[in-house]
Amino acid sequence: MTALSALIRRDIRIALRVGGGALIGVLFFLTVVVLMPFAVGPDLALLSRLGPAILWLGALLASLLTLDRLFMADHDDGSLDLITMSRTPLELSCAAKALAHWLASGLPLIVATPVLGLLLNLDMVATGAVALTLLAGTPALTFTGMIGAALAVTLHRGGLLMAVLVLPLSIPVLIFGVAASQAVIVGPLTFGAPFSILCALSLVSLVIGPFAAAASLRHGLD
Amino acid sequence: MQLSGSAIRCVRGGREIFAGLDFHASAGEALAVVGRNGSGKTSLLRLIAGLLVPAGGTIALDGGDAELTLPEQCHYLGHRDALKPALSVAENLSFWADFLGGERSDAGESLATVGIDHATDLPAGFLSAGQRRRLSLARLLTVRRPVWLLDEPTTALDTAGQDMFCSLMRDHLARGGLIVAATHAPLGIDSRELRIGGAA
Amino acid sequence: MTLIDLANPTRFLALTARVLPWLAAATVILLTIGLYQASLAPDDYQQGATVKIMFIHVPNAWLSMFVWGVMSIASLGTLVWRHPLADVAAKAAAPIGAAFTFLALLTGSLWGRPMWGTYWEWDARLTSVLILFLMYLGLMALWRAVDDPSRAARAAAVLTLVGAINLPIIKFSVDWWNTLHQPASVMRMGGSALDKSFLIPLLVMAIAFTLLFLTLHLAAMRNEILRRRVRSLQMMQASRVAFSSEVGAGSRQETASKEAGAA
Repeated sequence: MTALSALIRRDIRIALRVGGGALIGVLFFLTVVVLMPFAVGPDLALLSRLGPAILWLGALLASLLTLDRLFMADHDDGSLDLITMSRTPLELSCAAKALAHWLASGLPLIVATPVLGLLLNLDMVATGAVALTLLAGTPALTFTGMIGAALAVTLHRGGLLMAVLVLPLSIPVLIFGVAASQAVIVGPLTFGAPFSILCALSLVSLVIGPFAAAASLRHGLD
Repeated sequence: MQLSGSAIRCVRGGREIFAGLDFHASAGEALAVVGRNGSGKTSLLRLIAGLLVPAGGTIALDGGDAELTLPEQCHYLGHRDALKPALSVAENLSFWADFLGGERSDAGESLATVGIDHATDLPAGFLSAGQRRRLSLARLLTVRRPVWLLDEPTTALDTAGQDMFCSLMRDHLARGGLIVAATHAPLGIDSRELRIGGAA
Repeated sequence: MTLIDLANPTRFLALTARVLPWLAAATVILLTIGLYQASLAPDDYQQGATVKIMFIHVPNAWLSMFVWGVMSIASLGTLVWRHPLADVAAKAAAPIGAAFTFLALLTGSLWGRPMWGTYWEWDARLTSVLILFLMYLGLMALWRAVDDPSRAARAAAVLTLVGAINLPIIKFSVDWWNTLHQPASVMRMGGSALDKSFLIPLLVMAIAFTLLFLTLHLAAMRNEILRRRVRSLQMMQASRVAFSSEVGAGSRQETASKEAGAA
């Protein structure tokens, strides 16, 4: 346990220090959301209808783009070798890294959601619903995105390739995340059903992600 | 305790690096792996460390901790220092001590031994290449592992640093440790030579 | 960075240490006068007491642009004259500018609330300020992303100047975008010229806020200079003491080997 908490603490510390990218994700989120009205027009009724979708797309892109460096930095400076060799199973180390990443860059997105909800003319209830679905859904984005990050590091290709690999995997999360938030705003579905599925997706990815990432890291060793 | 490999074959990127390699080293012994560039010195170390999968043959450690795998009993000191420039020297070292686990000794003492205790609270990014290497060595001292796998360990170290490192290696061997080092320069301690890939 | 480069900043530190208290005092006095006069100003016949947000909002909005101007001049200083204090000035101004811009947005949206019924409207003026805010944040992220301030300085200077050229273009585009979608703008300020009872407190407040910026900016520059000094001292410590400790390490080894021999 000390090993995992040490890893989590280190990754969060690095993300928050100078040169770390924790807050750039939030800034990206903010910028993407602000861009939307320029594309669809400043019609507040339209914006509040599109709001959950815009917020979810923004959060999806922001969490994916920051994932790029999840294993890359450790690979480049040789830390990944030592993590692979250590007495902590690689699956658990991967899970710890993903958790640290979610805490440092996923959670700030959720904190920023109310402000962005204001810009998109969402009322309190709708903003709360979007924030809640993001809270339940972004772990799934991080943990499935981690697989892409692991593949990217073993292939020595980052950035867009990873996004292309991972984006299709995150479609279910997007569907049920937006469905649950829309259910609160317009109906006719109930909030419970899509939200439960969203939570289930997160829990499943919590299991699959670390195993798949560790497997691809092991096979890509060189 | 004996580290031995038999009939190891290493293939990387579709190219056979070496085949039929046998070696053994016992506790208190240093094995210096020599050979020309590209002969597979680093590959051999990474095979022992479990960071590469051999295409054939076996590597085993007899008489070590039966509960642990071979890589879990190794220290690997590669070309890269596994340091985070944003973290302080002490944070870097204590992270590896916490993460690697097992028997450990005082981190402050290790920093003093390798001669960078003055920089304990400074960011590792301020260190020179030689100082970074010293900090990596402090990791070997702080966390106890019976087998040290060293890849060109003395690069970036000055003469005083190399002397210091030699005495660290002697101490390690005297405690019953085992060293496998890939090197071009003489290792500076009594060692058995393992030549791979023909004449240098 | 060597100590010689700090000679000029040293004089700057000495000078600002004398100036800052006076500047701070002048800021407090003017702010007090401005706020007092603003409280005396009559309510608007349409907007009621909310019109008084103007006395805070307008100075903040003015400063959000003024600070970018200051940063642009400082960036020219970095790129053209390579003045050692220029990038310190640019770096120190960015968070303050971002704070003023944020306050302008906040007061603007509070002001708009009674009129629009929502806290936010994609009004041309507010939207431009929002983009300006994003640019401030981006600039701060750039400063934070690079560890070595002198390396970040040039990149930030280029970005600041590009931003200065782009700002009018952005403003124009947003105006055009906004009128395209909303033929009638929601907010019109009083229509004609402001009454004297508004204008004088507003001017006082604008000057007071400008002084506030100068005070904060000088203080932030002092902090930044000191921070860089700490950094260069740390780097000197990392390299200098290492040299002497190598001797120390050698002697330690000797004693260690002697002990080993004795054992």
